[in-house]
Amino acid sequence: MVQVSTALKSNDFRLATPAALAAYRESILAERDPNRTIIIVCHGTGCRANNSPKVADALRRAVAAAGLNAQVIPEIKDTGCHGFCSRGPLVVFQPSGLFYQKVQPEDVEEIVQKTLIEGTPVERLLYADPETGEHVVHDRDIPFYKYQQRLVLSNIGKIDPVDLRDTIAAGGYQSLVKVLTSMTPDEVITMVEDSGLRGRGGGGFLTGRKWRMTAEHGRETPGPVYILANGDEGDPGAFMDRTLMEGDPHAVLEGMLIGAYAIGSSEGYIYVRAEYPLAVKTLRQAILSAREAGLLGENILGTGFSFDLKLNLGGGAFVCGESTALMASIEGKPGEPRAKYIHTVEKGLWGRPSNLNNVETWANVPLIIAKGADWYRDIGTEGSKGTKIFSLVGQVKNVGLVEVPMGVTIKDLVLRIGGGVPEGREFKAIQIGGPSGGCIPQAHWDLPIDFDSLWDAGAMMGSGGMIVMDNSTCMVDVAKYFLEFLIDESCGKCIPCRLGLQRMREVLKEFSAGRGSLEDLEELDSLARAIKDGSLCALGGSAPNPVLATLRYFRDEYEAHILHHKCPAAVCKELITYAINPELCNGCTACARECPQGAITGTKKEPHALNASLCIKCGICFEVCKFGAVTVA
Amino acid sequence: MITFSINGKEVQGQEGWTILEVARWHGIEIPTLCHHGALEPYGACRLCVVEVNDGKRSRVVISCMYPIRTGINVQTDTPRVLNVRRWIVQLLLDESPESPKIRELAQTLGVTPSRFQKKGVDFACHLCGLCVRVCQEVVGVQALSFSNRGLRKEISSPFHTASKECLGCGTCIYICPTGAMEQVFLRVHG
Amino acid sequence: MSVTFSALENILERYPPSSEHLISALQDVQAKFNYIPPAAMTAVCEHLGVPVSRGWAVATFYKSFSLEPKGVHEIKVCLGTACHLKGGARLVESLERELKVERGHTTRDLRFSLDTVNCVGACALAPVVVVDEGYQANTNSRRLKKFLKNVTKE
Ligand SMILES: Cc1cc2nc3c(=O)[nH]c(=O)nc-3n(C[C@H](O)[C@H](O)[C@H](O)COP(=O)(O)O)c2cc1C
Ligand code: SF4
Ligand code: SF4
Ligand code: FES
Ligand code: FES
Ligand code: FES
Repeated sequence: MVQVSTALKSNDFRLATPAALAAYRESILAERDPNRTIIIVCHGTGCRANNSPKVADALRRAVAAAGLNAQVIPEIKDTGCHGFCSRGPLVVFQPSGLFYQKVQPEDVEEIVQKTLIEGTPVERLLYADPETGEHVVHDRDIPFYKYQQRLVLSNIGKIDPVDLRDTIAAGGYQSLVKVLTSMTPDEVITMVEDSGLRGRGGGGFLTGRKWRMTAEHGRETPGPVYILANGDEGDPGAFMDRTLMEGDPHAVLEGMLIGAYAIGSSEGYIYVRAEYPLAVKTLRQAILSAREAGLLGENILGTGFSFDLKLNLGGGAFVCGESTALMASIEGKPGEPRAKYIHTVEKGLWGRPSNLNNVETWANVPLIIAKGADWYRDIGTEGSKGTKIFSLVGQVKNVGLVEVPMGVTIKDLVLRIGGGVPEGREFKAIQIGGPSGGCIPQAHWDLPIDFDSLWDAGAMMGSGGMIVMDNSTCMVDVAKYFLEFLIDESCGKCIPCRLGLQRMREVLKEFSAGRGSLEDLEELDSLARAIKDGSLCALGGSAPNPVLATLRYFRDEYEAHILHHKCPAAVCKELITYAINPELCNGCTACARECPQGAITGTKKEPHALNASLCIKCGICFEVCKFGAVTVA
Repeated sequence: MITFSINGKEVQGQEGWTILEVARWHGIEIPTLCHHGALEPYGACRLCVVEVNDGKRSRVVISCMYPIRTGINVQTDTPRVLNVRRWIVQLLLDESPESPKIRELAQTLGVTPSRFQKKGVDFACHLCGLCVRVCQEVVGVQALSFSNRGLRKEISSPFHTASKECLGCGTCIYICPTGAMEQVFLRVHG
Repeated sequence: MSVTFSALENILERYPPSSEHLISALQDVQAKFNYIPPAAMTAVCEHLGVPVSRGWAVATFYKSFSLEPKGVHEIKVCLGTACHLKGGARLVESLERELKVERGHTTRDLRFSLDTVNCVGACALAPVVVVDEGYQANTNSRRLKKFLKNVTKE
């Protein structure tokens, strides 16, 4: 963003041939000094929320004020999310890789003085190893990054996503040139088939096979064929696609262009959640600048291939991530799924052959083209090739977005990259696969993470959300939470999903109040099977999974609720009570002031007391007490 | 002609027919709720489920929409199918205990009201969509539509006010299998 | 904002009369007026040539449309999985008490709308509450209360 070439601004800037793109790239690279310091300020959603735009402003001002010699003036660059959002705002120096975390505007002067002028790091802003307390200077040595294999994410955190020049300098659109100038559409499809790439949106369908089917159906009848990207990312607790769309939008566009060429399509859509305003804005800009440069639109790079894209915004409906609902939504209708006895590769959007892939799937495509199917096949496991991006959240020390080869074990992910659960807590389970996934307990944590192993374990890959749960999480509550989520998001068209899930919730509600019987568990099981078999779409079809998986691994917890009327994790409201431990209470009055019920009384500096009959179990006292004197059991 | 089997019996149908159409032709009973011969199938009630084996795997599908294919083996009353059907009827019976059609189905399948039975509404709408489809496809106006989603989904006219397009023909009341349309109609027609 | 003819015209002229633009056009109406006024809905449907019942079905299906005017400030409490585990539900409940309004509704003085949302993609900062455009990260009931007091002062 700092240097915008005049060429990009003028209206007639169009790269007319592949050679023009190559020359343009040369000119950008020639302008750049590889040794010049670049200070990167993360501008992903997470770091922005923690003030990073102000940090960047302060940095620009401080650098200008420092009166540096022209040779050492750094470039200051805003990039997408680096994945380590829990440590944001992040400031990284390139090419050295010096890594600062939790930087605030007031830290900026010291950074300029010490690091830029004197060449030494600001210790207090470095990452400290939680075990040894030792400082780590470079991002590549931080365990969170060290054990990752960042391929799809490789540009994110390095390029300015809205500056096309940055993308081109980093090698963007080279794979497009390769397919347009040296491969037939069929060769492209074969290469994607050979790579073994499977869809990253949840189903794990073979991408190459889907492309071939769409291409074949497209040839059978005259008319348009559509290429669609699914950026609806409805799974709660997941932000892989957001990061890709915000951080490297051109990779998604390039993947779609390659797919369009292979399948024979000239029109495409990207469907993005409206809850991701930054992703929407970034994609919009990316489409405009690609169009301006002649990388999108009529006669791309003078090769005769044409393809253009529209952006559609979702309206806050999870079910619109489902392929047929997504297409209905693009057509301007309510997002109700329809039966897929005739597949969307044959009759999709407006009844025409349509190829829908997830955003991350598309972003894998340029890599495969650039490096070849064999290279790609070497990464991952037998049935699951390549890397997968996961969002690792919940009760782990290092929360963030990670990319690892398929087949990494749960344990490696949680312990080595995630740094384990916070002190004083105990790992209990990891929830994988979004609202229709499953919870996998510690006993299974040597399980390799790939499509098939997860499926066998009663979870699923889903889109890649991983939520680490510790002993403060109640499994009955978690199952109820996902059910409620899906009830809220069900389109309501078919009866098993609309009424069946509601019935499951009623039964679980009884459990969480300590009622019900063991026979109800059998009933629940038979209802779950009816919902799975009977629902129209995969939302209902997989909705009982969280209940079935928690029942499979945590039956004892269900029994504790039903038989002993206890919630072992002290979560289910109807089975817990709050109290104040007089030994630990020092009478700071914080809880008494916050209690909305006035249930807590006491004199200043004296132990307080909680009147259980007034208590509505809102948990605020527990939250505000700094001394651990409020107990829950 | 496409040849396949239903409950072990060899049957034939035209390309593009559904399992339900062929089954009815041969007098094989499959219960339905949201299906009507004169309207496009919608696939919402899921009562018409059957199990289809195509030689590779066995799946539960809805017969009112599944296009027949050569050599498939259709079973209309397997345990999996009956489990789905019973639960649907159970859920419906608990929603609208007085609806004659549901009571009849319940009796056939041996389903009785559960402890979760709703009180207060006798003729709940099951969102089969027959009224919406008949209004659009047969009457030729679109006075009615579904609104909201999930548990709050309902049949209504825009803004819950009298629809300018409603002709007052009453076809929707006539086609409604539960009796719920009588109430809705009062508001749609105004 | 009242539904002026020119504001609506501006939106309508962006779209050729075809039903595929229904959702986009209604999104523009929502952005402009903060809700979908009945008059605007009718105008959009007439312009695109779709029955009003279709506009109604769409506007009530998608959560991002509102058929009632929204408050000056929109509060969205994240109840995605990460936020749920870190006490998101407690936050909505306390806001409901504080603002005396139920989730999904707007305070009588039209100052605040309180909604829940399923994940805003900032899960690493859970629990998250989005107030207007700003993300309140790693928040708690007390900090939110303070923050809202400041918002009202402005
Ligand atoms: C209820 C439901 C929600 C879904 N949500 C998403 C989503 O948010 N993003 C996505 O890419 N796929 C989602 N899917 C999967 C898509 O239907 C589809 O399989 C996928 O986008 C295909 O792309 P892929 O083959 O590249 O994975 C969802 C499926 C269902 C049933
Ligand atoms: S399974 Fe649920 S979401 Fe899918 S069509 Fe049926 S009601 Fe709608
Ligand atoms: S009103 Fe009657 S016809 Fe219309 S959807 Fe409801 S049950 Fe079906
Ligand atoms: S937003 Fe900065 S690291 Fe994720
Ligand atoms: S009759 Fe087939 S789904 Fe209703
Ligand atoms: S769960 Fe709240 S931001 Fe993702």
